[in-house]
Amino acid sequence: MLQPYASPVERVWYYSLRVLCGLIIVFLVVPILVIVPLSFNADSILMYPMSGFSWRWYHEFFGSVTWTNALKNSLIISPLATLVAVVLGTLASIGLVRVNFPGKALLISVLISPMVVPVVIAGVAVYLFFAPLGLSGSYLGLILAHAMLGVPFVITTMTATLQQFDYNLVRASASLGADPIKTFFKVTLPLVAPGVISGALFAFATSFDEVVVTLFLASPEQRTLPRQMFSGIRENISPTIAAAATVLVAVATLLLLVLELVRRRSERLRGAPTPIAKSVRRSFLKKRIEA
Amino acid sequence: MTALDDTQATAPGSVPLRVQLRRAERITKLKYLGLIAPLAIFLAVTFLWPIGALLWHSVDNPEVVEALPETTKLLRSWDRKALPDEAVFAAFARDLAAAHGNPALAGAAKRLNMERSGFRSQLMNTGRKLRVEAGQSAKAAVLAADARWGEVSSWQALARNSTPFTAFYLLAALDHKIADDGSIVHADPDQTIYVEILLRTLWMSVIVTLISLALAYPLAYLLATIPSKSSNLLMIMVLLPFWTSVLVRVAAWIVLLQNEGPINRALVGLGIVDEPLQLVFNRLGVYIAMVHILLPFAVLPLYSVMKGISPSYVRAAVSLGSPPFRSFWKIYFPLTLPGIGAGGLLVFILSMGYYITPALLGSPREQMASYFVAFYVNETTNWGMAAALSTILLAATLVLYIIYSRYFGPARVNQVAPR
Repeated sequence: MLQPYASPVERVWYYSLRVLCGLIIVFLVVPILVIVPLSFNADSILMYPMSGFSWRWYHEFFGSVTWTNALKNSLIISPLATLVAVVLGTLASIGLVRVNFPGKALLISVLISPMVVPVVIAGVAVYLFFAPLGLSGSYLGLILAHAMLGVPFVITTMTATLQQFDYNLVRASASLGADPIKTFFKVTLPLVAPGVISGALFAFATSFDEVVVTLFLASPEQRTLPRQMFSGIRENISPTIAAAATVLVAVATLLLLVLELVRRRSERLRGAPTPIAKSVRRSFLKKRIEA
Repeated sequence: MTALDDTQATAPGSVPLRVQLRRAERITKLKYLGLIAPLAIFLAVTFLWPIGALLWHSVDNPEVVEALPETTKLLRSWDRKALPDEAVFAAFARDLAAAHGNPALAGAAKRLNMERSGFRSQLMNTGRKLRVEAGQSAKAAVLAADARWGEVSSWQALARNSTPFTAFYLLAALDHKIADDGSIVHADPDQTIYVEILLRTLWMSVIVTLISLALAYPLAYLLATIPSKSSNLLMIMVLLPFWTSVLVRVAAWIVLLQNEGPINRALVGLGIVDEPLQLVFNRLGVYIAMVHILLPFAVLPLYSVMKGISPSYVRAAVSLGSPPFRSFWKIYFPLTLPGIGAGGLLVFILSMGYYITPALLGSPREQMASYFVAFYVNETTNWGMAAALSTILLAATLVLYIIYSRYFGPARVNQVAPR
């Protein structure tokens, strides 16, 4: 906050920082703000100024077999890839947090490495390996490859969540007579659910945005939405691309909102001090000081 | 620990408690390792093994040995100085007769053509024409089919490929080759493109990293110092582009930066420039889009470091008489160095592997190493070169990743996760 007694230098500093950051935020947000209106443009060139409002490009998008097929493929592949990544990643994270062994740090680095290995290398390698197995040009191959790319996100969010999980709750549940499976579903899972969900969202977003591995692995039948956009941008850039982009932005916004809700819920569950708790604690401290 | 003493805690004839405990612990440990195993196996099959197999291709050299098994076996013990003797020519003639019409011969011809242009026709012609008449020496017959077999260098090229492994691709990816006399020399000037590509990849990554850090620093500083209500909204604005598809952003930048786009119209309309500037399909366009994509990766680590710095440090410095800028530079900035390191390294690692953005927004002069890996796979099916470039790119990435996880911990890669 700018204090009333701030010196002129501090004032200049204060406002110039805000102006600078405003410009950076504009830089970050403007491309998204620019592409969405164009999808409602009546003109057939992807260019400003707009000539009028129309749903034309959405009709084109949802009326074309190529685009709807791409959307359908994305909606088949991404959820299944997410499921594989979340199940395998969550199980492994439980193990990683609960047990120590030599080389554990190395193992974690390896499990996270699909995130940093250049994706072209992963794509070429997976293609080279999957092709002789008949997995290139198949949904199964794409799902497995996308799951592989999503695993690091699940591992990192899940290990972080589990490290804050109080294992005594499991012991308490067991001492009260619950079997391990009941304990997992009644005690562990509700508490780590925010971690599972945010890991899943990251894995989903990774798969839903994936182009490069799909470029190598998918036959025309398995083209996903980003893959189709890649061809669209390369070959003839038409406003249908803006419509497809708007669909993708809508999905991204939805994911971000869910994530924010999950974050709030997990803060509540972890017992982060709420205003009431704070006031209780303050009055408690006051009493002790007075006493 | 006397309570756990064997003699006290054990009923006669039963297993000592300490042993029981140890056994139970071992079983628990195995159970948890069993939870890790499925993922470890999954990644081994879908990631580690395929990458290993790809890297193998950078030294794998089976073509010539497969097509000409006897010749290559004899050439391994040849001194590589004078023309090989009659036995080698005879073996060569037998190999060629056996390989006639066999796709392996075409594979070997393609491989040898990389060593010496014209070798493909030389080998294929010889394969077609060669007839060893009765009483004629194999050498004479081979030389009659193609006189180029009289040159020692033809045989030296064959001899270089007489083993199932080669350094050819890796050396080529570093603009070097093995000369006829076996020494390693610079490649011909018309084939030295790879060092330039690798340097370009590094250079572009450096620029993108520096710009990202310069923009991320003030933004993260503001995010960390304003009240959490406004910082939450700002954070969403930082994260929204992060969650948006890369392709959406590439399309948006084309719209914005093209010659008739809003930016150029504004520049011309305001009279700042007379002609529209070329802002896209060149280096500038690639930089703009890459910084836009990678900026959040720099903001988030910086933000989490800055969030942990107590404002009292700078206040203390100011109260002790240090001018504001000096206190910032001497106190605050050094404390943010871990964030600069983590964010910068992460952006650098990620930008080295960039493919989509340069491919869609750049001219051929902007293509980075990844593009050429894809090029060799898609256009020329030259797995050796694709693998060699991958090996070099991967080695550079891994070195940086090891530094990163050593100093910032592997889990910190996930700074992008919600706070």
